[in-house]
Amino acid sequence: MATSSVSKGCFVFKPDFKKRKISVPIEDYFNKGKNESEDSKLRFETYQLIWQQMKSETERLQEELNKNLFDSLIEFLQKSHSGFQKNSRDWGCQIKLREIPTAALVLGVNVTDHDLTFRSLTEVLQNNVTPYVVSLQAKDCPDMKHFLQKLASQLMDCNVDVQSKEKESVQVTQKKIHYSMDSLSTWYMSVTQKTDVKMPRKKRTPPSQWQSPPVVLILKDMESFTTKVLQDFIIISSQHLHEFPLILIFGIATSPVVVHRMLPHAVSSLLCIELFQSLSCKEHLTTVLDKLLLTTQFPFKLSEKVLQVLTNIFLYHDFSIQNFIKGLQLSLLEHFYSQPLSVLCCNLPEAKRRINFLSDNQCENIRRLPSFRRYVEKQASEKQVALLTNERFLKEETQSLLENLHVYHTNYFLVLRCLHQFTSSLPKYPLGRQIRELYCTCLEKNIRDSEEYASALQLLRMLAKDELMAMLQKCFKVFKSSSEKQLGNTAKRIEEFLAQFQSLDAEAKEEEEDTSESQSKGLQKTDLYHLQKSLLEMKELRRASKRQTKFEVLREQLVSFIDSLAREYLLLPETQPLHEVLYFSAAHTLRQHLNAAPRIALHTALNNPYYYLKNEALRSEEGCIPNVAPDICIAYKLHLECSRLINLVDWSELSNIPLYICATSSLSIHPMMDT
Amino acid sequence: MMSKLESKEDKMLEVQFVGDDDVLNHILDREGGAKIKKERAQLLVNTKKIIKKPEYDLEEDDQEVLKDQNYVEVLGRHVQESLKNGSATDGGNKVYSFQNRKHPEKMAKLASELAKTPRKSVSSNLKSDPEITIDIPQCSKGHSASDKVQLKNNDKSEFLSTAPRGLRKRLIVPRFHSDSESEYSASNSEDDEGVAQECEENTNEVILSEQIQAQNRVVSAPVCKETPSKKMRRDKTSDLVEEYFEAHSSSKVLTSDRTLQKLKRAKLDQQTLHNLLSKVSPSFSAELKQLNQQYEQLFHKWMLQLHLGFNIVLYGLGSKRDLLERFRTTMLQDCIHVVINGFFPGISVKSILNSITEEVLNHMGTFRSVLDQLDWIINKFKEESSLELFLLIHNLDSQMLRGDKSQQIIGQLSSLRNIYLIASIDHLNAPLMWDHAKQSLYNWLWYETTTYSHYTEETSYENSLLVKQSGSLPLSSLTHVLRSLTPNARGIFRLLIKYQLDNQDNPYYIGLSFQDFYQQCREAFLVNSDLTLRAQLTEFRDHKLIRTKKGTDGVEYLLIPVDNGTLTDFLEKEEEEF
Repeated sequence: MATSSVSKGCFVFKPDFKKRKISVPIEDYFNKGKNESEDSKLRFETYQLIWQQMKSETERLQEELNKNLFDSLIEFLQKSHSGFQKNSRDWGCQIKLREIPTAALVLGVNVTDHDLTFRSLTEVLQNNVTPYVVSLQAKDCPDMKHFLQKLASQLMDCNVDVQSKEKESVQVTQKKIHYSMDSLSTWYMSVTQKTDVKMPRKKRTPPSQWQSPPVVLILKDMESFTTKVLQDFIIISSQHLHEFPLILIFGIATSPVVVHRMLPHAVSSLLCIELFQSLSCKEHLTTVLDKLLLTTQFPFKLSEKVLQVLTNIFLYHDFSIQNFIKGLQLSLLEHFYSQPLSVLCCNLPEAKRRINFLSDNQCENIRRLPSFRRYVEKQASEKQVALLTNERFLKEETQSLLENLHVYHTNYFLVLRCLHQFTSSLPKYPLGRQIRELYCTCLEKNIRDSEEYASALQLLRMLAKDELMAMLQKCFKVFKSSSEKQLGNTAKRIEEFLAQFQSLDAEAKEEEEDTSESQSKGLQKTDLYHLQKSLLEMKELRRASKRQTKFEVLREQLVSFIDSLAREYLLLPETQPLHEVLYFSAAHTLRQHLNAAPRIALHTALNNPYYYLKNEALRSEEGCIPNVAPDICIAYKLHLECSRLINLVDWSELSNIPLYICATSSLSIHPMMDT
Repeated sequence: MMSKLESKEDKMLEVQFVGDDDVLNHILDREGGAKIKKERAQLLVNTKKIIKKPEYDLEEDDQEVLKDQNYVEVLGRHVQESLKNGSATDGGNKVYSFQNRKHPEKMAKLASELAKTPRKSVSSNLKSDPEITIDIPQCSKGHSASDKVQLKNNDKSEFLSTAPRGLRKRLIVPRFHSDSESEYSASNSEDDEGVAQECEENTNEVILSEQIQAQNRVVSAPVCKETPSKKMRRDKTSDLVEEYFEAHSSSKVLTSDRTLQKLKRAKLDQQTLHNLLSKVSPSFSAELKQLNQQYEQLFHKWMLQLHLGFNIVLYGLGSKRDLLERFRTTMLQDCIHVVINGFFPGISVKSILNSITEEVLNHMGTFRSVLDQLDWIINKFKEESSLELFLLIHNLDSQMLRGDKSQQIIGQLSSLRNIYLIASIDHLNAPLMWDHAKQSLYNWLWYETTTYSHYTEETSYENSLLVKQSGSLPLSSLTHVLRSLTPNARGIFRLLIKYQLDNQDNPYYIGLSFQDFYQQCREAFLVNSDLTLRAQLTEFRDHKLIRTKKGTDGVEYLLIPVDNGTLTDFLEKEEEEF
């Protein structure tokens, strides 16, 4: 073979230049693999379109979520640096000057997403605060020397950006120099002076009010730094602070206490720490789900199982939004790849247009959809015949069904959000705190059958008025924010409820006035005995009036209203005809490709070869290996039999089947003929 | 009735009568405990399971006697027992403790069935080393409990007659008057003689029993002659601890001392082995072909996903090299691609990067470090977006590439938009190479491709024990070199060989010191001064026939770096010739 050699392990293949020119466009791979490639080009284009939209949406979300944090960070940096700027003689400022301004950024568990956050933070800082932003990782800095070296070289790099690349050769030689804080601060002085001179000419300069821009040092994973390095660095740099304006940013995974645990008081007193909390990744996930899936903006939907797989990978494996997005991308791809009808998975007008151009094959595909079949069975017999034979009629029907599906989704998400407003703050969260949990339960089974739903309603019936009013307000906002007209009725109802509750308020006030009058009467100069007595009386009075106040009646009405909403709109997607067009349900493939278990695969292959090789001779009961099984399976069994020290001679004498012998490693198998 | 052991230390015996019910309860209790213990023992794994016959335990309490009783019966129940074990297993456990062995006896049985000529089969394992089997009593302790389970489940009448006679004699109360099965008692005040007698009886019984396999006798006899080990008498609570250490002690592993060298079969050379192998037609070729076709249908999908920013990793049993090779030839003919054999012993990240920079990017410069090179490559690929490169890595988890740094670098390469990586992994724990950071760099999509094909190419760099280890080469070169030498020089070398062969059993042999060698050569009239000898030795050294080593005392030691077998062959040949 061309790729085996005893002298090298890398083989480069370069086709002729001419040949290389005709590279295959990606969409060809999309259809070639499948035999029935219906509208594959269109499908691929739709995939790319939707994916691009989703991607930009997530990026936008990310930016939005980080914005708050970054803004406050920038503000902190500017504020803390202003002290250095002013050089004031004020005693307080003098004291402060001794302290290194430090931002402790609590990010939560270290995941790969943080890299992204830090990258954008660096970018933002470089644009807004200072060109000198350096970020270090613990693994690069095992000791002080490396620490300073890294810091210096990155700083110089920043400098090269500002200056020009002509210094590159100089920089290379510089790398070998031992850096100290002294040299750094002299470097800083020279650089700032230079830039001062050059300032008018340079385009890319820090904002002009910054005479001497601060140096921002980001320690990405503060916990994994060795304490000694950190301590030394902090002590040294605090000595040089007046000439080398350093600002630290700690990325903290656990809790802010760790700063004090790592640094003794003498050191931590040199820091002027301010705490910043980033958004937790769970909230991040919720937002992403909210904006990507719980919306009609993107027609693509996930079935319950798929959503479970993705959220489980997120919650139990990595807490990484990026991975989640990757899973989403894969499911999108799989959907468009495997479902020929996914060509209709686009926005409604476009889908309607596409329906008109559907081929006969695709019409057959529609007829074969289980959900569509169920739908047909429910129709009158004439319509059934028409649906099954007449293409045009089918297309029209499909259009209306798709439209229904669209409307269904619009209503579904509105009601879902509404229900979430009501259930998210109930004690013990019977339906979950996050909307995704509620969504999952709704997708899994009919929500009204679930116990959690019943208990949630029960709890709703016990809520106080102001809580209910707050919920109603939020609900109303939800309905208001949506431009859709379908549920206008409901919005009106909610408004009415709100008004009724408010009017209740007024009535109650009047009543209260009465009672307070009576109370004030009762509470005039009494002794203990009388007080007790009057309190008891009041209690009696209240119980008597307890029968059913107006408020309770109204509350009951509200709950039944919510219940009716859920009954009407929160139907299972599986009940909708043509849901296969929009919903991706192959959770199994997704899990296989994202969360594979090589160990189980190996185990199955060795213990149960029938699973892969569908030969009846290999079928065996649990734990047995048929004697015709691949030799490696038998060898594995024997190895299990005596796993410590295997005597090859005994093995080979043990049977006269051709025996493959594990010679050097457990997976290197060499056969030997022994007959 | 049952005699209970009150205090184990002072060997006082107290006989008391116990009702049948109590006995039964006693057994049932123990059984419950035993079951749990047994499960634990299985988790702790394995040595003690290699010893399949727990009945040599010579403990002298009642429990011991019970064991003696079912000693014979256990032997006949191997298969049944293992079946029982089998039903108790659960799936997860099986997958995650790969060392676990569930059907000790059954496999042996199956294996011997498979053998058309049932030779010594497994028994040879046990028989071969009496001095090892002596250790059995200690090891087998853990089994005492499980034996009782068997006792309980058994048809008891069957072994009443086979109970140790010596024991019966010692018991004052005649045993047969009661039909309850477990009323034996043991006396603590046994002397060695009694035990020996008992053991003899035991073996007699064994002979009588038809179900016994031959080898067991052989093992049991020497064992029983041993004095009962006092160690055995320990509290039940310490059993678990003991089991642990038994399971992990390395000393008591039963090993067979048969070696490949003792096989009278000549070793094959690589070529013959290859020829023989090529004659073997793989079984289930139809099914395997079907499997492969299934995977081949994925090729287009792989290409698609590679282009969309994912990278693909293949796992599953069997060599995936052929599959990837087919992928390469069908899909990648028009693209620039690099095939990397991870299993190649000399592979390194440096060589991968070199082949990318030099051959793909036609860059002739050198780099100060691997990281610089990586940066350069990354920049290059970012600049030229039309550039596309496919990396095919066979065995990404190989010894040379599995290091943290290598994986980091390959991951960084693969995270580039226009570098597509498709790799295969084989090691059981390969996914442990990647932490979250690396995984997100790689952006893997996993594909299971179980092929059952042999790792022929992958292991071709390894040495098989069954192939003659380059033995032919040194031998021929030895003769060639020596033929060109003077008779004196040949004599000198022969002296060294003989000395080395005389010392071949000495594990601490470091070589012949120069002074001694000189002395010997003088006596044989081969050299007249140490200068001549040194000149000869230099010539030997140039031909790599000898190696010199400084010992701890600063003396020079001479050694022939050829294995003893070859040397013997060489001497024989020499003698034939002259």
